[in-house]
Amino acid sequence: MSEKIDYRPMWAELGLDLDKHDALLGVLGQTYAELFLTQKNRPDGMGYFDFVMSEVHGLRVKELVDARAAGKIVVGTFCVFVPEELVLAANGVCVGLCAGADFGTEQAERYLPRNTCALIKSFFGFSLEKVCPYLESCDLVVGENTCDGKKKAYETFGDMVSGEFMALDLPNTKSEEGRALLKKAYLDLTAALERISGTAITVESLKAGIETANAKRLAMHRLARLRHADPAPISGLDALLVNQVFFYDDPERYTASVNKLCDELEQRIEKQAGVAPGKTPRIVISGCPMAVPNWKLPSIVEGANAVIVGEESCVGERGTQNLVATEGDTVETLIDNLVDRYFTIDCAVFTPNSSRAKHALQIAKDAKADGLIHYGLQFCTPYQMEAPLLERAVESGGIPVLRIDTDYSQEDVEQLRTRVEAFVEQIRR
Amino acid sequence: MRVIGLDIGSRTVKRVTVDGGEVIEHRVVPNQHNPLTVCDDLLSGQRFDRVVATGYGRHLFAEHRQAENLTEIRAVALGVRHVHPAARTLLDIGGQDTKVVSLDSLGSVVKFEMNDRCAAGTGRFLEVMATALSYPLADFVQAGRAARKSQSINSMCTVFAESEVISATARGADRAELARGLHDAVVRRAAAMLQRLPLEDQIVFCGGGALNACLRELIAEALGRKVQVPPEPQIVAALGAALSVNSKQNSSSD
Repeated sequence: MSEKIDYRPMWAELGLDLDKHDALLGVLGQTYAELFLTQKNRPDGMGYFDFVMSEVHGLRVKELVDARAAGKIVVGTFCVFVPEELVLAANGVCVGLCAGADFGTEQAERYLPRNTCALIKSFFGFSLEKVCPYLESCDLVVGENTCDGKKKAYETFGDMVSGEFMALDLPNTKSEEGRALLKKAYLDLTAALERISGTAITVESLKAGIETANAKRLAMHRLARLRHADPAPISGLDALLVNQVFFYDDPERYTASVNKLCDELEQRIEKQAGVAPGKTPRIVISGCPMAVPNWKLPSIVEGANAVIVGEESCVGERGTQNLVATEGDTVETLIDNLVDRYFTIDCAVFTPNSSRAKHALQIAKDAKADGLIHYGLQFCTPYQMEAPLLERAVESGGIPVLRIDTDYSQEDVEQLRTRVEAFVEQIRR
Repeated sequence: MRVIGLDIGSRTVKRVTVDGGEVIEHRVVPNQHNPLTVCDDLLSGQRFDRVVATGYGRHLFAEHRQAENLTEIRAVALGVRHVHPAARTLLDIGGQDTKVVSLDSLGSVVKFEMNDRCAAGTGRFLEVMATALSYPLADFVQAGRAARKSQSINSMCTVFAESEVISATARGADRAELARGLHDAVVRRAAAMLQRLPLEDQIVFCGGGALNACLRELIAEALGRKVQVPPEPQIVAALGAALSVNSKQNSSSD
């Protein structure tokens, strides 16, 4: 790593707009250095994740290019309902696509109404500005029918991607019919993956995929548990980053790195060493997912002398909870196992969805949180609608709640800071 | 100990000097593009041991002048309880913020709400609307109080409401009724925020907005309850900032 590799030929080959891409990486690197590298008492194990972020559009993309050259397929996703297990079983690499930055918004608004959430505008912006090397590396992009915003956006977006696009249908109730619909969607995805990769998904390959994904989740469960300690052994920003890298990295290497980080955190806890003194106000975040580089709210919270100890989020415990059973002698049985696990994800597109509020309260209690901040993206109807319900449920469980609605822009940072600081003053022990 | 509380707001900067829990003096000056200079001017020649900042300029001041700071939510809570020790629900309408705060019986904040990022429904909103109707502010307030009817205004956005007002005047709407309608719009919004909290009695209305008699009357009417207003509603947050030093000492010696 002494010499920096020049990735520009690779990016040019992928069809990226090099000038805009340079601008994006410039801002990303600067923001990362300011928010992450200035933190005190960071675990050494974060060095790996710092490296991943420094190479997020470099080495990891080169790995994808090499994987494709070796006959693997790359599958891009926007949602935790797309099972990585199936992609792995089809000799594929699964990557979460860029949707966390305010980039190319004006371009996106040529296709989308202004009152569309920032996450949808972001993936349009990345695509239209040609700055996402992951998107340009995909053989297949899977868009899922979750909220109305996303499913209608995919009607336009599907034609923009260079690889194939597939809309994955999803249920909106946790009924038997809903379960059958999810199974049908996973069977359709299986067929599409087999066709594109030219690889049949077998009992063995699917079991191997399930084990890989389970190992990844188990490492995340371990990390979540270790964050329950007071003083907190890792900052919320760093833990969020680990959750974000979950969607990009090579799964085995990632799992090993998270476990190594957890070993270190265990030693820290034994020594009562933390990122902030004991009794620092502890906060759980619940709500919309935060994709890289959406670090706005966590950086405000931890800048206000509080520490984030859990995330009820798709990029967090909602996305990683529960494992897939490995028992089964047929591919269909294993797909049933997938359905069993994925059907428990309490995404706000389901109605009713009361398990989410219960889970949020449970996370807050387990993490000994002093308060919960509900993070809603403006124009995200499902999560904004659920916010008051969740607020009541969590407050009646004895945990104070602050509700925040925001987007990816920086214009409201000072107003948010005032609210968050006032909330920290309110919950301080 | 002599403590100065500075509330660095968007429209005005407030200074309150407290000694031994007693208010010694206070002053309100307009804010400008250079809040730090305004603060320095307010402090020059003053005798004090400590200074505590609140308001949107608190970080700027705290950083450059090595002062302590606290949010306006907690500052308002402390200030109001000093003036009205039984207060449980607070409404503060300021220049660019409207806040509602719920307190427990001991005066600790249990819940609060603030308006979103724009100045909708704040003091600044009313200032802009007075200008749109060519009223000096005091006349705008009096016209709103005297009007027998209210011409309803739907938009809360300062920019949209201004065009709504201009269209209404073009249709020949009564200026005083519009003035009342604009006050009504602010009150509806504040009441909606209040109703998201556990609304307890002993409601106190403060901030620069509480100097507006039309707002005071309409809020009491909208809530159907008695609303108390401190004698100097605009300096409550600065007072709370000055008192926070003592309250901190008390809590740390518990």
